Amino acid sequence: MAESIKDKVAIIGMGCTKFGEIWDKSGDDLIVDAAYEAFEDAGIDPSDIQAGWVGTTGTGGTGQVLSVPLKMQYKPVTRVENACATASDALRNACYAVAAGVYDIVLALGIEKLKDTGFSGLGMGGGPGTGVAPTTTAPGMFAMLATGYFARYGLSPEEGKKMIGTVSVKSHWNGARCPKAHFQREVSLEQVLKAPIIAWPLGLFDCCGVSDGSSAAVVVPASMAKNFRADPVYIKALQICVGPSEGQKRQDYDYCHVEETWQAGLAAYAEAGIKNPRKEISMAEVHDCFSITEAVTMEDLQFSPRGKVYEDIIGSNAGFFTLQRALEGGDALPVQPDGGLKCFGHPIGASGLRMTYEIYKQVQGKAQLPERQMKNPKMGLIHNLGGQPPGCTIAVNIFGL
Amino acid sequence: MVGIKSYGAYVPLHRMPRSVFGTIWGGAPMPGEKAVANIDEDSLTMAVEAGLDCLTGIDPKSVDMLIFATTTAPFKERLGASIIAEALDLRQDTRTIDVTNTLRVGTTAVGLAIDAINAGSANNVLVTVGDTRMGAPSGDFERAWGDGAAALLLSKDGVVASIDGDYHITDSFAGVWRSEIDTFTRCWEDRMVLDEGYSRLLPIAMKGLMSKYNIKPDDITKAVWDTAHDVRRHGAMARLVGMDPAKVQDPLFVNIGATGAPQALMMLVAALEEANPGDKILLASYGNGADAYLIQVTDGVKKIGTRRGIKNNLASRRELSNMGTYLRWKNLVTLEAARRPERDPTSHSAVWRDTKVILGLYGAKCKKCGTPQFIQGGGMGGMTPIRVCVICQAKDEFEPYRFVGIPAKVASFTHDNLADSPDPPSTVAVIDWEGGGRGVFDMTDRVPEDCKVGMPVEMTFRKIYFDRARGVQNYFWKVRPPRA
Repeated sequence: MAESIKDKVAIIGMGCTKFGEIWDKSGDDLIVDAAYEAFEDAGIDPSDIQAGWVGTTGTGGTGQVLSVPLKMQYKPVTRVENACATASDALRNACYAVAAGVYDIVLALGIEKLKDTGFSGLGMGGGPGTGVAPTTTAPGMFAMLATGYFARYGLSPEEGKKMIGTVSVKSHWNGARCPKAHFQREVSLEQVLKAPIIAWPLGLFDCCGVSDGSSAAVVVPASMAKNFRADPVYIKALQICVGPSEGQKRQDYDYCHVEETWQAGLAAYAEAGIKNPRKEISMAEVHDCFSITEAVTMEDLQFSPRGKVYEDIIGSNAGFFTLQRALEGGDALPVQPDGGLKCFGHPIGASGLRMTYEIYKQVQGKAQLPERQMKNPKMGLIHNLGGQPPGCTIAVNIFGL
Repeated sequence: MVGIKSYGAYVPLHRMPRSVFGTIWGGAPMPGEKAVANIDEDSLTMAVEAGLDCLTGIDPKSVDMLIFATTTAPFKERLGASIIAEALDLRQDTRTIDVTNTLRVGTTAVGLAIDAINAGSANNVLVTVGDTRMGAPSGDFERAWGDGAAALLLSKDGVVASIDGDYHITDSFAGVWRSEIDTFTRCWEDRMVLDEGYSRLLPIAMKGLMSKYNIKPDDITKAVWDTAHDVRRHGAMARLVGMDPAKVQDPLFVNIGATGAPQALMMLVAALEEANPGDKILLASYGNGADAYLIQVTDGVKKIGTRRGIKNNLASRRELSNMGTYLRWKNLVTLEAARRPERDPTSHSAVWRDTKVILGLYGAKCKKCGTPQFIQGGGMGGMTPIRVCVICQAKDEFEPYRFVGIPAKVASFTHDNLADSPDPPSTVAVIDWEGGGRGVFDMTDRVPEDCKVGMPVEMTFRKIYFDRARGVQNYFWKVRPPRA
């Protein structure tokens, strides 16, 4: 039987730029900023890096995306692309190379420069085609998850929108306290519900932002980690699940869950030895590209029972996913403690390591601004969803002390 | 004797009250409403709809020849009938012909069909005719003209009406015309055009027909002649040919409008819907000359079964009273471009490779587990047929399975305001076909507020996207709430 990656590899340094509409910086600038913060955090010299994995979906091609701005001296670099799970997969591949004993110190970095396009939202382009596919966007495809979920669980559009709207209100509260977030303002549920519809039933505040950003991690074998720092963060699980997109072809897919998330969660919990995710995971950064995505992800990752996330958001246990309740010492599983994609936006190739950055800092007790530091979190989970339901690429990575 | 084996028609769902034009532009009031093709409809898609209606209960593989008649062909150099043939699932060795350039092209196509059958080169000929003629904004034509299509299946066997005689005249007189550079129809001085054209030439043809077959107006049960651009001349025609006005078929002007090429055959379909065995129908159509036919209704007319035809199509209507929507649909205004990425280039090779899927809506049924399934749905909106079964993973063990005509229900949907849609919001639905299979399609002819999970939908053939840089217009199927 294949081995688990658990506790074989550690992160000893991380960097993350401010995310946002960074008009005055290029992709190369962001790479330099994120990488050098990570080098400094790890206490290493750039020349110590033996190999690199760079994740980007569209900000350049080949490993030169990384080697050129950093002027890496003829080191091996691999470019990784796996949609929204790109950065998490770059980290995964970097960790595997270290675990294999091929390298001792490597860099995984995610980058996306989206805001040079001149339009809002993500591009869907992909080259020549038939041109007859339905005319829709990422919000449209995820909106079908909301339509499906509301219909199956008997939520009126008003009830359903209130439930997912509360997800966004929660994330904005967190983002308002996170200095690197793109959006740092609280919003009220009323604001969320009154916002213009982007793709019914999703309104403006149900959609995450689109931004530029870069994030990076320095990875070493677990056995060496304490040579660099007293509080390295260890890899507990690295899982990718890529679906065959069956749900657009077979009628038994319910448009209420994401099968790949469910499968990736099962595999990650098995790898990390987690029996009760709701109790054992201290915090999670999940792929809240849209508020409904976060809601169904709570069920797919077994944080909430199937069909019952309503209770943990605005029902009998409302507030279970808030950072606020955790900071006040209550029973909570904070989700998006940094504000999530909702407040950071989603530079596709960088988001996975941005999420990891928050887990890493929280676990070390070094969250930016002490007032948002959780009390002794032990284990954090990150989740990315690439593609669109029901055809997704999912990453679930778990980190801890 | 060659006759009409089946008939069908199509009237777009949307009807615009003519008063809207009066409110916007002023001018003399005109009664009634006109049928307006949606932004994704053209003469070709409406011909497909009429063809499907006509082939209700008839094996499409029995059609030997398909004629597409129109004055508003989507292409100057590309056979519209070849696209219609794929959409209707006709045989590969079907003869396909486009005929065009005159308003009587529908009845001309009927003549070609009769000749082909009489010559023994075809047994069943499908004639489809559709038009989306444009009157320039603010003019009478704009409010008078509507959009529509008709189809007739001609054959020697099992006819509902036999075509017992014909007579044709040609005349180069062109009172209305469009040149190479014209979007809108031009017209010479009204009275001259009508006096020397419609009101002079159409009687010559009809009288010629009656004289040739020794028939008197009193022998005719129903008189079907199309209307000039001024509908008042339609009624006045009865006096010119000595026909009892009570026998004159309604020109569909008040509820559809003057449709151009399909006008006479749409009226004929309406007449056949009400006809009784033994009825004699006079059919005539005008345009740079005229065609006239003598039609004898048989017992079959009562056995043909339900068609959407004109009656049901007329009953299935939705009012369109927003001039902005009309201008958008007719491409009469330049709209602000969506701030979205430019659409991917349309690839002829990609379209050609998957023609059976795109035009024929063919999926596949697994021979092992029996599950119908649509496409692989890989990256970039690929329409590639499935190779590995989504249920049992059997490879390349499929038989063709056509989804046209199979009822479906909505599993989920959205109204996307962000999408670069020609007519936002873009309504996209996941649909489950009865008997198996799921697909994701644009939904057209819908009221967003009425969309629900579980609502029934049916397939409809539409134009999708004009790739201006490459001059490529592509066609595909959408879903719509069922028409009556």
